[in-house]
Amino acid sequence: MAEKKVRVLVGKIGLDGHDRGAKVVAQALRDAGMEVIYTGLRQTPEQIVEAALQEDVQVIGLSILSGAHMQLIPPVLEMLRDQDSSDIVVIVGGIIPKEDLAYLKENGVAEVFTPGSTTSDIIAFINKKIEQDQ
Amino acid sequence: MSDHDKIDEIKKAKEAWQQQVEKVIEKRPERKDFKLDSGEPVERVYDPLDMEKLDYIEDLNWPGEYPFTRGIQPTMYRGRLWTMRQYAGFGSAEETNQRFRYLLDQGQTGLSVAFDLPTQIGYDSDHPLARGEVGKVGVAIDTLADMEILMDNIPLDQVTTSMTINAPAAVLLAMYMAVAEKQGMPMDKIGGTIQNDILKEYVARGTYIFPPRESMRIIVDIFSFAVENIPTWNTISISGYHIREAGSTAVQEVAFTLSNAIAYVEAALEAGLEVDQFAPRLSFFFNAHSNFFEEIAKFRAARRIWAKLMKERFGAKNERSMMLRFHTQTAGSTLTAQQPDVNIMRVAYQALSAVLGGTQSLHTNSRDEALALPSEHSVLLALRTQQVIGYEIGAADTVDPLGGSYFIENLTDHIEGEVMRYIERIDEIGGAVEAIEKGFIQKEIQASAYEYQKEIEAQERVVVGVNKFQTSGEQPMDLLKMDPATSQRQVERIKEVRLSRDQGKVSDALQGLRKAAQSDENVMPHILEAVKAYATLGEICGVLREVFGEYQQQITI
Repeated sequence: MAEKKVRVLVGKIGLDGHDRGAKVVAQALRDAGMEVIYTGLRQTPEQIVEAALQEDVQVIGLSILSGAHMQLIPPVLEMLRDQDSSDIVVIVGGIIPKEDLAYLKENGVAEVFTPGSTTSDIIAFINKKIEQDQ
Repeated sequence: MSDHDKIDEIKKAKEAWQQQVEKVIEKRPERKDFKLDSGEPVERVYDPLDMEKLDYIEDLNWPGEYPFTRGIQPTMYRGRLWTMRQYAGFGSAEETNQRFRYLLDQGQTGLSVAFDLPTQIGYDSDHPLARGEVGKVGVAIDTLADMEILMDNIPLDQVTTSMTINAPAAVLLAMYMAVAEKQGMPMDKIGGTIQNDILKEYVARGTYIFPPRESMRIIVDIFSFAVENIPTWNTISISGYHIREAGSTAVQEVAFTLSNAIAYVEAALEAGLEVDQFAPRLSFFFNAHSNFFEEIAKFRAARRIWAKLMKERFGAKNERSMMLRFHTQTAGSTLTAQQPDVNIMRVAYQALSAVLGGTQSLHTNSRDEALALPSEHSVLLALRTQQVIGYEIGAADTVDPLGGSYFIENLTDHIEGEVMRYIERIDEIGGAVEAIEKGFIQKEIQASAYEYQKEIEAQERVVVGVNKFQTSGEQPMDLLKMDPATSQRQVERIKEVRLSRDQGKVSDALQGLRKAAQSDENVMPHILEAVKAYATLGEICGVLREVFGEYQQQITI
């Protein structure tokens, strides 16, 4: 039986329009054999969670470069918990200061990829995480 | 000896030299295949054979002479240096006003306002979608009251102000005009630029509100309003900067920018304006990226192409319509979070390429911008970098110092040719608006961005400190900390303004705006009236949202 493809939602949360990173990552994940759903710009935390549940993804990748991560990412984690879906792996990419990074990881973000990270790091992380969870 | 004989002699000598080169390469192969950022191979050396077709008067000419390849003014920086204009804005109007006054005290010569995302997308600071974003990537401006504070104690007849604002550009321009009026400035004494370039928002920057065709109408309204009312204002800054940041090549940056420019010119002509009425107020904005010579050639090529387009395609008669005037910013996407001090050197070379390319104004990025908004100290270093280029190293002492270089002239020609090929393709699609609606431009940029990233990961493209020469144990830097209370204060201020204004006046002005938007009456006078009545940005954009609808993004991946 063919192995089931990993399903990933790549989302741009908040108002910032910097989607180069999100699109490059989405394309790299797809080339690595994953099913990728890209949300486009200006998603609210509610829209992200709704899309993730509807699309039945195992991973949510959130891209944010506007500095609003501390206001927008914790609600995503909270809603996932409320919906009994904390098994969805949440990863974040963007300009995230060190102290915020620690907070986000303590509160349920699996990993944060800051500038200079490679797509192969991200792919490797997802594969490892999914394997562990199975 | 005739020119023809000379060329023959050079050809012969070159053959002999090449045989020597083969021997050297056998012993010591070259390090790699060399190529431009746009993908074209870079030759071992360039020589007079590459310049055989160059016609000095037709292709280059003197600075200040058509086609302006060597610069738009006869004396360039010998008369006046470029405007040193650092993009700044964060938190509240008070904090940004302080940063502006600091920069002016340090010898900066123009202002450049960064607005926060809710402002750029036409939401008030207390709108639900503004959650977490107020004052983050720029200053929050909700009403004229904020703009009054932002420009407090800054004499608007002595500085020019550039505002990076697109979808709601009309509103912010109106606020600036209202403040100038309160300072007692006549409208022909204030100068500046609104970015007002919506087309690149759809493909690269993301702060659109209305659909493309409705947005083009507002832009043309601004053009014609400015002709009558604010004649020295740059009504648009057609921007390749963000297209490049989104991952395009140098060639694509120029091609897509000029295609957008063509669309604006055509829209204005269709609305009945004469080309020489508005074209002298069109300005441009480019990126200074890392491939030093390619960037210099890019600026020169852009100038030549624009001059030809305006003269030949649009029949401009006024030379000012043919002059491509541009602002440059160093490439934010090349800044690294690793070993951030190295960014100072990157920025310096990029800035030098802009100066050698003949920019009219320049922003140099700060070393810490891959980590946070820049600290005051980092911004000072960035400004000092420009001052070193302008005052110490002689780079500004003669006009177009690289003109005539075999390599630079060859590159300039090459970029011109490639750009024209793209422009023709976009013309075939039906113009920039059509090409954007079909997702063509988005896909082209995306493909280049992905290619670039793959090159970094395959180490074909070296990024010092990231995929080569890494160090462990980074030194912490003093980063700018945002005041978390800003957002709350801003929300309180907008509430106060709403309570203290004459509500009847606001409603009347908004009603007038709605009627104008629904007909073909110019919206600008109504926006000005609404702004003066202290209508909020969100209210004004709200009326336009109702009439024009909102753009739904195309997902092209």
